[in-house]
Amino acid sequence: MSMRKWWPTLVLALLVVGSAFPLYWAVLASFTPEARLFQAPSLLPRELVLEHYRALFTERNFWIPIRNSLIVAGTTTAFCVTIGALCAYALARLQFRGKVVLLGFILAVGMFPQISVVSPLYLLLRSLHLINTYPGLVLPYLTFAMPLTVWLMVGFFRQLPAELEEAAMVDGASRFRAFREVIIPLALPGIATTAILTFVYSWNEFLFALSFTLGPDRQTVPVAIALFRGMYQVPWGQILAATVVATAPVTLLVLAFQRRIVQGLTAGAVKG
Amino acid sequence: MLGADRRSGIEQQEARLAWRLILPAFVTILLVALFPLLWTLWESLHLHDLRMPWLGKPFIGGDNYIEAFRDPRFWSSLGHTGFFAVTSVGLELIIGLGLALALNRAFRGRGLVRAAVLIPWAIPTVVSALLWRFMFEGESGIVNTVLVSLGVLREPVVWFIQPVAAWVPVILADVWKTTPFVALLLLAGLQNIDASLYEAARIDGASAWRQFRHVTLPLLKPAILVALIFRTLDAFRVFDLIYALTGGGPGTSTEPIALYTFNALLQNLQFGYGSALSIIVFVVTFSLAILYIRFLGAELTGAKR
Repeated sequence: MSMRKWWPTLVLALLVVGSAFPLYWAVLASFTPEARLFQAPSLLPRELVLEHYRALFTERNFWIPIRNSLIVAGTTTAFCVTIGALCAYALARLQFRGKVVLLGFILAVGMFPQISVVSPLYLLLRSLHLINTYPGLVLPYLTFAMPLTVWLMVGFFRQLPAELEEAAMVDGASRFRAFREVIIPLALPGIATTAILTFVYSWNEFLFALSFTLGPDRQTVPVAIALFRGMYQVPWGQILAATVVATAPVTLLVLAFQRRIVQGLTAGAVKG
Repeated sequence: MLGADRRSGIEQQEARLAWRLILPAFVTILLVALFPLLWTLWESLHLHDLRMPWLGKPFIGGDNYIEAFRDPRFWSSLGHTGFFAVTSVGLELIIGLGLALALNRAFRGRGLVRAAVLIPWAIPTVVSALLWRFMFEGESGIVNTVLVSLGVLREPVVWFIQPVAAWVPVILADVWKTTPFVALLLLAGLQNIDASLYEAARIDGASAWRQFRHVTLPLLKPAILVALIFRTLDAFRVFDLIYALTGGGPGTSTEPIALYTFNALLQNLQFGYGSALSIIVFVVTFSLAILYIRFLGAELTGAKR
């Protein structure tokens, strides 16, 4: 009896500890002096220092990758959500031939392996002199972000009752006006969720950012962190401080909007 | 007659509006995804080596593909990808199912659990790779220290210089990061199961195991399939995780196909050969995707509405 009642709680406790431990360990290590990192690790802090964070922002200029990531992920999200909302509305609520094929096509593009378009995008960006620029990252990011936003928003638009536009149109509004003035405001929570997810995927993207940047001035946060390892020594303290900084914004977004994100993920799950 | 005409007029108007709204996104997708993909295919039929521009870019037909099929590193990277996909997705499904069942039962602490589940999913893959690298790094890293003090290991293991041992942190990092996503998908499936079915089973005297076996599992099958195929597709294009965790090493013993392709393209600048590898990755993933759309297409593209 007690076993049957208690096992879910036990499993969930294990889950919370298992999920949180690597993060806890990284945060702890990011405040530990470099010399101590691999000496008799202890689960509780003994001596806390800020040297890694100081080095990260003074010697490494880590604010540059942060700025780059914010610009690239922000632009990608803004563009995709605007254009994607129009497309998603038509796919979700209007009747026309070829709709099912189009939806299937967008879903299929969303599942493209990114590596399969690296070579032409590299050649294209090189010939346009866009390697190592912001547009040179935003453009490739559209390949995965556009299908993702459309797909998620189709899901959200479909959840709204069909009578909404009909009522507005009976009152004399055009279809497009009904969309702009009735549907958009009602779908705003879904649009916000889509924007958050698109931003998180763009912030975390690695392959394109690695392929299409050349040096620290345009590298995004994940690329900068991955290339921290020197030839002969690994500055673990700084790497872990950087992982904490990179994780903070997405963690805050996720904590603030967790209920909506779960909804978005399970309704229109396009990517893991 | 007149009514029918008017209706078809409205329908036409609606279709026109629909295409106008779709066009910007559709053109974007064609330009940044479909057109490059066709270019990759074209590129893969040429000898194109950026280190040797004097060779030009001669058309060589399927030679790059023949070279790939004769290349032992191609086959071993394909094998690593398959091994990684089967092992990690298998573990994720089993653990994810356990978690989903527990989440479905629990009433207290759901918010905390949801946060704990979502954070590994949301952080950059590169970051999770480095967290696990750090825990496994060195003879006195946390993993070695704990395993030795518990008596599991007699002496510390240097994880990253042994071909087999190097897979352990790779698989664990992937399981840690993506099991939450699997659990969420399965939980959504569990919540759709009608509670009265369990009641009926209980009245018939079915044990907990039989309820699970004959009610839960069959009704959860679609959700399990979705999770399975999403995760397989994702595992098949694994790149970030292994790049940051082992770099494909020691040697090339953990190198997946996406990393080999990346190296062929941007390290060796063999654009023709690298493009052929890209097309192979695409064909394999796409076949899996078609399988997915076949199984669940009707439901996902909204045949209901």
